[in-house]
Amino acid sequence: MIDFRLDPEQEELRATVRRFAEEQVAPVIGELYERKEFPYDLVRRMGEMGLFGLPIPEEHGGMGGDYFALCLALEELGRVDSSVAITLEAGVALGAMPIYRHGDDAQRARWLPGLCSGEILGAFGLTEPGGGSDVPGGMRTTAKLDGDTWVINGTKTFITNSGTDITGLITVTAITGERPDGRPEISTIIVPAGTPGLTVGEPMSKVGWNCSDTHELALDDCRVPAENLLGERGRGYAQFLRALDEGRIAIAAVSVGLAQGCVDECLRYVKERQAFGRAIGEFQALQFKIADMEVRAHTARLAYYHAAAKMLAGEPMKREASIAKLVASDAAMDNARDATQVFGGYGFMNEFPVGRFYRDAKILEIGEGTSEVQRMLIARELGLPA
Amino acid sequence: MNIVVCVKQVPDTASERNLKTDDKTLDREAADGLMNELDEYAVEEALQIKEAQGGEVTVLTMGPDKAAETIRKALSMGADKAVHLVDDALHGSDALQTSAALAQALRKIGFDLVILGSESTDARTGVLAAMLAERLGVPQLSLAGKVEIDGGNVRVERQTDYGHDKVEGSLPAVVSVVEKINEPRYPSFKGIMAAKKKPVEKLAVGDIELDAAAVGLGNAPTQVVEFAAAPPRAAGTIVTDEGEGGAQAADFLASKKFV
Ligand SMILES: Cc1cc2nc3c(=O)[nH]c(=O)nc-3n(C[C@H](O)[C@H](O)[C@H](O)COP(=O)(O)OP(=O)(O)OC[C@H]3O[C@@H](n4cnc5c(N)ncnc54)[C@H](O)[C@@H]3O)c2cc1C
Repeated sequence: MIDFRLDPEQEELRATVRRFAEEQVAPVIGELYERKEFPYDLVRRMGEMGLFGLPIPEEHGGMGGDYFALCLALEELGRVDSSVAITLEAGVALGAMPIYRHGDDAQRARWLPGLCSGEILGAFGLTEPGGGSDVPGGMRTTAKLDGDTWVINGTKTFITNSGTDITGLITVTAITGERPDGRPEISTIIVPAGTPGLTVGEPMSKVGWNCSDTHELALDDCRVPAENLLGERGRGYAQFLRALDEGRIAIAAVSVGLAQGCVDECLRYVKERQAFGRAIGEFQALQFKIADMEVRAHTARLAYYHAAAKMLAGEPMKREASIAKLVASDAAMDNARDATQVFGGYGFMNEFPVGRFYRDAKILEIGEGTSEVQRMLIARELGLPA
Repeated sequence: MNIVVCVKQVPDTASERNLKTDDKTLDREAADGLMNELDEYAVEEALQIKEAQGGEVTVLTMGPDKAAETIRKALSMGADKAVHLVDDALHGSDALQTSAALAQALRKIGFDLVILGSESTDARTGVLAAMLAERLGVPQLSLAGKVEIDGGNVRVERQTDYGHDKVEGSLPAVVSVVEKINEPRYPSFKGIMAAKKKPVEKLAVGDIELDAAAVGLGNAPTQVVEFAAAPPRAAGTIVTDEGEGGAQAADFLASKKFV
């Protein structure tokens, strides 16, 4: 049972994505990031490699791998750039997976082949301006059935992948009625990109993740056919909880990548940079910093491997997923801060990757459940009162 | 079209590489093994030809057990099957002996087209394609930057210092390729998983009608007599610009054939 070694095939996937990240992403990402451009060319290549279909069975156009394979790819991409990694994460974990899990045959046939090949991107619209942590309490978006059409009204914000040229669909959560106990009935509905009534706002100006696509979405009498309901009516809450639990493992993998990328950059730099007549890597103060960074990356990796193992075994993994997300995003943030320190003034310059890591790390403690929310979830799992 | 691609596992050029002091052969255990970079282009070219014209791509490698990693890489990219020539008797074979062994294996496998990288990053003799063609009695089309199959003929653009030559030969033939020819694909996960199930045939010296006494370090017609570490890089040439610095720099580049 206790075996954290990868199979030869997993190792080969990891090595392949690592090579791709180093050969294709690393040389271009600095400039794309500076220009805040969405990396269409990289996304196309990632699609050709099958990364967008990693955890989806072959009959739907996927690669027939599993969620752990996706995590390995995310970690290796995150090691070089996490806005490219998050484009894959959101596309697969939040875009394709809910359709695969909850979609009917027609929905799967319509959307999965394109999502798996990376020709179209999926997005998931849960968060609203009124609150992201307090779901469903803060949710205001409604969908009403008018004959055989859903009429959706509301606003979603911070939605990743929602406004690219290749965005195919946005799955939105909406209140579709009231449950017998008086609480809102929540359902998930597929809104194809370009549907009249869906307005995609300007790209949001962000502190980091510059190459990731983020928009506010307005839904004004946005009408989609009744058959766009994803899964059962009223099961929307349960469905997105599942997507989020899994997504936390994926975000943990991206975070471990960033944390490890900080170690990679520091190891390179401290051999070259001189101070007081020596390479700065000879100073114990920096050696200890880098050792601590490696410890954080390593332990966080074990945490997400474990959560993924439980998930794939079909065991409950809420607690493990939250722990993994919490320690990994902390590791990313701490390592980014330390790596920037190791680089001195150059660490604050955008031309070095660590500056980019510093800007990108913070969101990992916020997206797909803040660190506070993770602690709340862990406390609930321990039986502490809500 | 029955295409055989010869691939070689070489030590990672990024890692430290050493010759062993006892038998003056490369210490293959110490360094990480990778597919020789130019061989990736050879595999890619074979796959593209197969995708356009149909047929089968077989990978052939000669090397120790560890070379199976490189076979798997080629199968992950999409090759159909592999032949691994592995035998302790082959250890330390030089280029002449290697070409003899590979030629025997190629005869056994059968081929319309053999593709290989124009050189390996470890020994860098660059002679294997020519030796194979000679031993097999088929045309050699070397340094190909472009390959076209036209019925029973193969046409290549052979890269030269001044541009390229157009060379044509009849099949079966041996073609060696250079980097410019294509962009090797990254294996997909489906490819990686499928590689597990693809057949890999292991051949020993006895299976290819080769005399064990003709191969291996002890019987090699060429020998490494001595070796030394490369000297540290010499200081560069400094051009002082006194009006014609640009021209001097251009002359320098031209003399090194960079322009
Ligand atoms: C770049 C980016 C991309 C994103 N992509 C997506 C996407 O694709 N789809 C999507 O649906 N959403 C997306 N989000 C939204 C993200 O998931 C939310 O921002 C996040 O869940 C936090 O919600 P909030 O911003 O409303 O913060 P709030 O919920 O307002 O939280 C504010 C603060 O209060 C704390 N807090 C809240 N409640 C409690 C409590 N009960 N106890 C203790 N502390 C509490 C929080 O931890 C936080 O520190 C994205 C966000 C960003 C920035």
